[in-house]
Parts: sequence; structure tokens; C-alpha cells
Amino acid sequence: MGATVLSNDELLRHADRAMVLAQRLTEWIAHAPDLEEDMALANLGLDLLGQARSLYTLAGAREGAGRTEDDFAYLREAREFRNPALVEQPNGDFAATIVRQFLHDAYAIEWWTARVDGPDPDVGALAAKVVKETTYHLRYSRGWLVRLGDGTDESHRRTSAAVDALWPFVGDLFAPSDAALRPGFDDRVAAGFADATVSVPAGAEAFTPATEPSPLLVELLAEMQSLHRAHPGVSW
Amino acid sequence: MSDNWNLWEVFVRPRRGLDHVHAGSVHAPDAEIALQHARDLFTRRGEGVSLWVVRSADIVASDPGDAGELFDPADGKDYRYPTHYELPDEVANM
Amino acid sequence: MPAPASETRQNRFDRVIAADQRIEPDDWMPEDYRKNLIRQIAQHAHSEIIGMQPEGNWLTRAPSLRRKSILLAKVQDEAGHGLYLYGAAETLGITRHELLDLLHTGRQKYANIFNYPTPTWADMGAIGWLVDGAAITNQIPLCRCSFGPYARAMVRICKEESFHQRQGFEIMVTLCNGTVEQKAMAQEALNRWWWPTLMMFGPPDTESAHSQKSMQWKIKRFTNDELRQKFVDATVPQADLIGLTVPDPELAWNDERGHYDFGEPDWDELRRVVAGDGPCNAERMATRKGAHDDGAWVREAAVAHAEKVAARTAEIAA
Repeated sequence: MGATVLSNDELLRHADRAMVLAQRLTEWIAHAPDLEEDMALANLGLDLLGQARSLYTLAGAREGAGRTEDDFAYLREAREFRNPALVEQPNGDFAATIVRQFLHDAYAIEWWTARVDGPDPDVGALAAKVVKETTYHLRYSRGWLVRLGDGTDESHRRTSAAVDALWPFVGDLFAPSDAALRPGFDDRVAAGFADATVSVPAGAEAFTPATEPSPLLVELLAEMQSLHRAHPGVSW
Repeated sequence: MSDNWNLWEVFVRPRRGLDHVHAGSVHAPDAEIALQHARDLFTRRGEGVSLWVVRSADIVASDPGDAGELFDPADGKDYRYPTHYELPDEVANM
Repeated sequence: MPAPASETRQNRFDRVIAADQRIEPDDWMPEDYRKNLIRQIAQHAHSEIIGMQPEGNWLTRAPSLRRKSILLAKVQDEAGHGLYLYGAAETLGITRHELLDLLHTGRQKYANIFNYPTPTWADMGAIGWLVDGAAITNQIPLCRCSFGPYARAMVRICKEESFHQRQGFEIMVTLCNGTVEQKAMAQEALNRWWWPTLMMFGPPDTESAHSQKSMQWKIKRFTNDELRQKFVDATVPQADLIGLTVPDPELAWNDERGHYDFGEPDWDELRRVVAGDGPCNAERMATRKGAHDDGAWVREAAVAHAEKVAARTAEIAA
């Protein structure tokens, strides 16, 4: 393993990002605005779960201590999770879910695209597939962003409110090593927001990651891990 | 304000080299969403490499009551088929 | 199948049915046939989408990422199957909008089985193994049903559902090979789901309101009791294999009949649950209506946006 591959900390940051967002998306199932959106959100969730599983498995293999994907997902404490805070944010209404997804996808497409020919061959091999998945996710989330932003007065109001509420988490999406991705992200977001007739809130990336895990993540993991932890060491 | 989405018919090309085949219908407010819904509904297991969607209202169909006049005249024209013709036994394939 | 020149619409319909051919949406059909089909396909579609809820309940808590992916794909399929079926019903001249309204106002039913709760993970196993098993038993003959769009939807659904039953049985096998606690969880789930599953096939043939007409029209190919027997015969050996006990003291192999004899489900319970008095009826409907009502502004926004785009395009063209 060369010195240029991603650290396990970085792998987990992205595995956790995908896993936590997938967990939020599953909460929509049977509650979506129409049955076709139940299908669509499930497809996004399935892709993200697949990404998380691959990254956890890779992290486990590199660590060499025998940890499986489930050990990472189910047996770590909230304080050990590395995901950006954006993906923990509650589903809210469909506008909030779409804005969260759009901001996430606009970041994810930049990150994964940079991995395709990046120095980590294992992640690069994964990236070829994930770039396709994320390109579609972005098409979906951007499409709905524009429809909701430029739809009715009510949908516009809800979309703007979601942008205001979620924009503070944008800065936290970017790890220090991601600085080069920011201009591409900003261009995508500006174009999407323009088509959706919503504006970027001025100077509001105020969110600073706390040293303590957020109550949102603690609650999300408590639910997710409850059954697994109630029966230690068994197979499912 | 209507929340009623149009009905679209979906045609899927299963593999390159095959025709698009009617698969069913989806509801959607516009063509792009119709394509996305068709993708999510009819190609979850790799069933397609290409999709067509067309508004159901735009399909022009023949009247089943006209089936007699439209299709029965094709009956009884055996000479359109190769089996109608007798060949000498010596000709194995034609 | 030569057609006599002076044949009436009814004769033609009867001849197509008798010849085991398919009726297609544009064909003339007796009003009763249409109504019966709309009722049956709609109830089937409603069952698929209400059926997302008992399992959806465990999506956030699935005990492994593999199980979470499987369950998500399965519940997604149920939405998909609902959509295939609504699509088939819509060819009969009723809209999905109207059908959902009939569901939401309680004028159309869904399968009773989905009014039972899912308190443990083993219920995910039992639902896949038993409920999907029963559904497949019901649905395989429907692939040859006389109405083309319904038969075609069923072909697609049966093909996709074979994984649903397998994943459920695999959950049960895993639990039975696990700890004492896990095995007990599996047995309790079988106890909970066995009788409601047998009731999925409908009332006994002697009391079935719709059976006879449906058989005549070749919508149904087997009676409720025949299908129930088929299911019991297939399922009991599977329970034996993994060491679970079917909760029916009267269950016994009958050599003479070549079938299992089994006890009578509690039909009064079925009537009570169908009438709305099941453990989860109110919750299921509230969730469904909530999703529909909360989504109205989204569906409206999409229509409004499409109209804006169309108007802009027209303006540019003008």
C-alpha cells in the first residue's frame, strides 16, 4: 500500500456520508409524495448503501483487524462517525430532502470524479461506477430542485426555506483536502439555484462541527443499531 | 391547482439489436420525469438499454370493431408463405 | 377460431373466453366483467402499496447492511408492483387518482394481512416466506387470467417476487440456525403469521362471494380452498426442514388424499379485521392518506412547472 492512498479516516468519512444519507432516505419509503418517488428515493438509497458497503469493506481490509462492513456501521459510537453534518439533517418536507440531496450530490460528483484517475487505485475502481450513479442522482435532485423552486408559490417558499436551513452545512461538506473541489461545486450549485429561482444565502456557512456528536446522529444511530446491538455476535 | 399527472406509455429496448417493446405506463407531469419514472419502474433489473415514453393520449389505436375489415382479409392468402410452394425433392434448401 | 358474420358483442366475448384467449382493453366486455376486474386489480394494487408499510417499519433497523439493502429493494418492488397493477386497472377506463380516492375513503379494500403488526425482525422473514409465498400461489394462475393487461402485469410481478419469498425464508433459516433467542423469535413469527396467511386465500369456497363468476370468466383458475391447500402442502415441509412447528394441532399428512389436513382459520377474526377492527387498520390508512395529502403540493408544483415551461416554449416559438 503506497503512501498516496486515502487514509482510513477519509474512507470512513465517505462511507459514513453515504450510509447516513441512505438511512435518511429509507425513512421516506411509503411516505413519498407519489409512488414513483418512493421508487426513485429507494433507488438513490440502494446506490448509496452499495457505496457505503464497498468503502467500509475496503477500510476493513486495509485495517487488517478483521472488521466487516457491519462492524463499522453497527458497532461504532456516534463520536466515531466521520460524516458531514448535512446528511444527518432530518428529511423535513420533500423540498428539504431535495435540497439536501442536491447539495450532497453536487459535492459527491466532484469528489468521486476526482477519484477516477486519482492515486488510490481501489477507490478509483469503485469510482467509475459511482460517478454514473451520482450523475443520475444529481439529475434527479437538480430536476426536482428546479421544479419545486420554479413551481407554485408554495413550493418556491418551501424550497427557499430549505436552502436557508441547509446552506450553513455546506462548508462542512468539504474536508481540508477537498479545497480543489469547491469551485466546481459552487458552479453547479449556482446554476441549479438560478434555474430554480432561489438564491444562495449570503455568507451563512456558519456551521462549525461540534466536538460532541450531534443529537441527530446519536438518535439516527440508536435506531439503526438497536437490533444489531441487542444480539451481540450473531448472524442475520 | 391540479395534482393529477398525465399518463405515459413506456417502451423498452431490452438489448441493442432488438425493438422497443411496450412495457406499461407511468404517471408524470412532463417528459423528463416520465423517463425517470420509466427507468425506475421498468429497468431495475437491467431490462433495458433504451426507453421511449409517449403520452397515452397521443396513441392512435385501431378500433377492435374494425378488426374484421382490417385483419381478416389477410386470411386465405397462402401464397404469401414459403410453405405454399412445392419444390422438387432434390432441392434441399431454398 | 373463425367468427360468424352476425355474431353479437356478447358472443364474441364468450368465444374469446372459451378459446382461452385474452380480452384486451379496447374490446367490448360485459359491464360486470369490467367492474369485477377493476375491483380485483385495484384491491391487488392497494395491497401492494399498503404492504410496503409493515416491512417499511424495519428499514431503519435492519440488522445488517446486506439485509437493509435487500429489504429496501423488496419494499421498492412492492411500490413497483402497485404501479404495474394500477396501470393495468387504468386500461379499464378508471384513473389511478380515482382508485386511490376509493382506497383513501374506504370504498375499496386491501389485503387484510397488512393490518397485522411487525413487532420483531423475524416478521420480515415470516412475511417473505409465508405472505409472499401465499401471494405467489395466488398469482401464478393469474398470469393466465383472461384480461391481457392484468395477466401481463402478473407475469412481471411473479418473476420479480420469487426473490421476495427466498429472502424471507433465508431470514428464517438464519434465525433457526442462530441463538435460542433467535429461533424463538422465528417460531413466534410463524405463530403470528400462519393463520392470517391462510386467510389470505379468502373465505371457504362455500361462502366466497366473487369466486364463481370469476372462475367462469377465467379471471380465477383455482378456488380459494384449492389454493389454500396448495400453499399448505408446499409450506409445511419447509417449516419441518428448519425445525419450526406450524401452530395447528389438527395439521396431519393424509395419505389417502395425498395432502395435508389442517384446521379451520378463525373466520370471525377475518370478518372483524376486514371490517376495520384489526390491530393496524387505522395506522395503515393514516400513513397512506398522510403521504398522499402531504405530497399534494409537490405534485401540484410539478404540474405548474411543466405548464410554465410549455408556456415559455410557446412564447419563444411565437
